[in-house]
Amino acid sequence: MIIIKDLTFAYSGQPPIFQGYRLEIGRGEALSIIGPSGCGKTTLLYLLAGLRRPQSGSIIVDQKPVSRPRPRSGLVLQDHGLLPWQTVRENARLGLTIWGFYGSDGRHAPVDEKISFHEADQRVDAWLAKLGIESLRDQYPLQLSRGQRQRTAIARTLAMQPDLLLMDEPFSALDAPTREELQKFIIDLHDSSDLTYVIVTHDIEVAVVMGKKILVLEKGCHQKARMIDNACAGFAAGRRQNEFQKTCEDVRQLLGSLT
Amino acid sequence: MSNRLNMRAALIGLLMFFAIWQTLAWLIHQPIMPSPFQVLPIFAGSLFGELGVHFLASAGRVLAAIALAVVTAVPIGLGLGQIPRANRIFAPLIAIVYPIPKIVFLPVIYVLMGITDISKIFLIALIIFFQILVVVRDEAANLHPELILSVRSLGAGRRALFRYVYFPASLPAVLTALRVSVGTAIAVLFIAEQSLTTYGLGYYIVIETYQVLRYPQMYAGILAMSLLGLALYFVIYNLELKVNRYRAEEQN
Repeated sequence: MIIIKDLTFAYSGQPPIFQGYRLEIGRGEALSIIGPSGCGKTTLLYLLAGLRRPQSGSIIVDQKPVSRPRPRSGLVLQDHGLLPWQTVRENARLGLTIWGFYGSDGRHAPVDEKISFHEADQRVDAWLAKLGIESLRDQYPLQLSRGQRQRTAIARTLAMQPDLLLMDEPFSALDAPTREELQKFIIDLHDSSDLTYVIVTHDIEVAVVMGKKILVLEKGCHQKARMIDNACAGFAAGRRQNEFQKTCEDVRQLLGSLT
Repeated sequence: MSNRLNMRAALIGLLMFFAIWQTLAWLIHQPIMPSPFQVLPIFAGSLFGELGVHFLASAGRVLAAIALAVVTAVPIGLGLGQIPRANRIFAPLIAIVYPIPKIVFLPVIYVLMGITDISKIFLIALIIFFQILVVVRDEAANLHPELILSVRSLGAGRRALFRYVYFPASLPAVLTALRVSVGTAIAVLFIAEQSLTTYGLGYYIVIETYQVLRYPQMYAGILAMSLLGLALYFVIYNLELKVNRYRAEEQN
């Protein structure tokens, strides 16, 4: 699904964060990226999203090099992603509205999918219902809790039926029950489709729950990918608590040894 | 924005206004201060005649100037707000030109642009232009980078960002700037219309009536100009209430 080849990236006037970096992420993968703040994990996610461009090397998603945001990649950020002057429903529809604005041009919107105004409304309402916020659809983001806002942002992204979901600290600002519910929601969605997702987090437990593979980033310049296979991702019933704690401890130690 | 003017308040205001006017007319008791009972019939009678033509000429100039200022200032303001490097270069210049009373350029504009309507419209547009430029620039600069990124990730290019983010984000500020500057714009229009034209309320009030001592007619002109300012103010004010609805709902 994703192939990163010899990636080099630096912010202007600063030493490179990635140099000759290589990484492959298979289709249907569930990947967590963890590391201390300032380690470049958000930068890596933005590179995957096509919001930043590498100085050299290439990022290939679904066999095509990424040079701009691709219609089938969805992005969910921690906060500030909703338009305050639009209702929940209008916000959740925004991606489809933008597709309609450009038409199916293959650059901004997928060529293979034409969606009518009415279908777009129905699809958005269906996602609002699945996320349990259909009753809030005429409210404005300022009237909502953080969790409700994040549900809206997730509905907006999923309404575009992405095959790749990129998330940057999507659950960090949420209370524990909401966090767990939304984590479950994404994991179930992943398990019932061929969705690939990448989640960036600084929280070890979130990384272990969400990632079947965990990519560990340290501070400084990254040259080689450090990946951990994680057997105890998800919320499977009767999860072996000890094993989960042990994996968390492993990740913690690896992070500690790197900084 | 919560103290919305209702019909009753507007009526009371109008009554007080005419009561004070009538009192002054009694006290001063000179031709320069006619009673509203003398002026209002003239106003009503000539609004659909001679006065109406002058009213339309003035209104046309103000609206054209507003349109010209908005279509130039909004894109430039958005550009400056989005490109910090450009803003750093132009900010000092804008800071210096912004407070200059633009009417001092009246003679220069007449010489350079000719004595047509275009020079009058340009002068008024210049006043509104800087008001809007500054607020749009600041609004665009204050948008969260995360918001822009997440909308870009939905596929939005420059055009869609303008349509769905920058324009609606700066619209409330544009309207506020317009509402505040429309008074100055009409004041400048009044001065600009006193020469080199034969249409407009400024011309009507000074040349056609004041200078030939037709005081009641002059007051009809003053009423018309007040009406122009008032109408523009309330139209803009109501648009503001509409676009700020999402903020009002939050307080409920």
